[in-house]
Amino acid sequence: MQKIPQRQIHKYLRHDKKFPHVWCPGCSNGIVLGATIRAIAELGFERDNVAMVSGIGCSSRMPVYADFNTLHSLHGRAIAYATGIKMYKPEMEVVVITGDGDGTAIGGNHFIHAARRNIDLTVILINNYIYGMTGGQYSPTTPHGDNSTTTQYGNIDPTFDICKLAIGAGATFVARTSAYHVDESKSFIMQALKHKGFSLVEIISACPVIYGKLNKKGDAPAMMKSMKENIIPVKQYEKLSQEDRINKQTRGILFHDTEKKEYTAAYQELIDSLKKPEEESNE
Amino acid sequence: MPKTHRPEDVERLKVGTIIRKDDKHSKMEVEIPEVKSTGDYNKAPVYIYYDWCKKCGICVAFCPTGALGRRPDGAPYVPHPEKCIHCEMCDKLCPDFAITGAKRKEK
Repeated sequence: MQKIPQRQIHKYLRHDKKFPHVWCPGCSNGIVLGATIRAIAELGFERDNVAMVSGIGCSSRMPVYADFNTLHSLHGRAIAYATGIKMYKPEMEVVVITGDGDGTAIGGNHFIHAARRNIDLTVILINNYIYGMTGGQYSPTTPHGDNSTTTQYGNIDPTFDICKLAIGAGATFVARTSAYHVDESKSFIMQALKHKGFSLVEIISACPVIYGKLNKKGDAPAMMKSMKENIIPVKQYEKLSQEDRINKQTRGILFHDTEKKEYTAAYQELIDSLKKPEEESNE
Repeated sequence: MPKTHRPEDVERLKVGTIIRKDDKHSKMEVEIPEVKSTGDYNKAPVYIYYDWCKKCGICVAFCPTGALGRRPDGAPYVPHPEKCIHCEMCDKLCPDFAITGAKRKEK
């Protein structure tokens, strides 16, 4: 009997959980989980020093399979729980896995205020343009005119640009990429983990079973190919004319600021500044 | 000890195919061509874990050299092992962690 070469990912999975995992065939969530695990493994973090927090949704099933400190919390409240962990243990690396509906519709308020405080969380937002788990309702990021089970004649809502929202709210590391660009996702997640401050990595993913079926986007490989063509680097996007920019999206690091003060560090400074006069008075 | 699903308790039967002992689905007969030239690499370029595969077809669609093919039931197999360039694209893009590239032999 010959032993199979163990991939890095298998060392970080919970093998006593039910495999194959719960996601549909061709769903990009597994690819993002792989990229996240590779990033953490490459940085050499200990498992006990990483916390993975999620809310409710397809993507939020991810911590169930990953062997870190994990927390599967309320719908939209993942960032609130993660803030609690980070305030109590500032040395811990806190990764929040959230989806487009979970993070920006129901948990939108927590999202903008965590960005405003610039607390050191790494938010990986998996954007599949739809609420997948509950049966295909339209989400804030569903493109204008697309179908879902609650917008059967086309969505009339304008679309949310999550990266611009995060930059406006005060996040200090904002990047966007797609599930097809796995190496880029891995490197962005690594940079986001290293960055001290609120960091957002938006990963556009394919939902072939619900979103793809309702909008006739084809099967999983076809959706991945369209991602490869339509999600282009920022420099390439700027060269395009206004007409060519329809249906195209940018990828890359959109914003990076290292000067803004991190929240837990500022809190520790406040504690220290209040301690000093007390100690002196005791002496 | 809970029963684990680690790929360690899998047995490799033929080149390009691994079948787990209690897996009923992968017992179907498939023609697997013999390896012609292997270069410096191991004989089998990839290991496929059929228990976890959901047959989405991403690995076959994005294989740059066409080393992978699809069985009648949609699952991947390796019709042309000599074409594999060990880019590990299938490994990175598999959403189910069901395919993994064999490591290069160290010289």
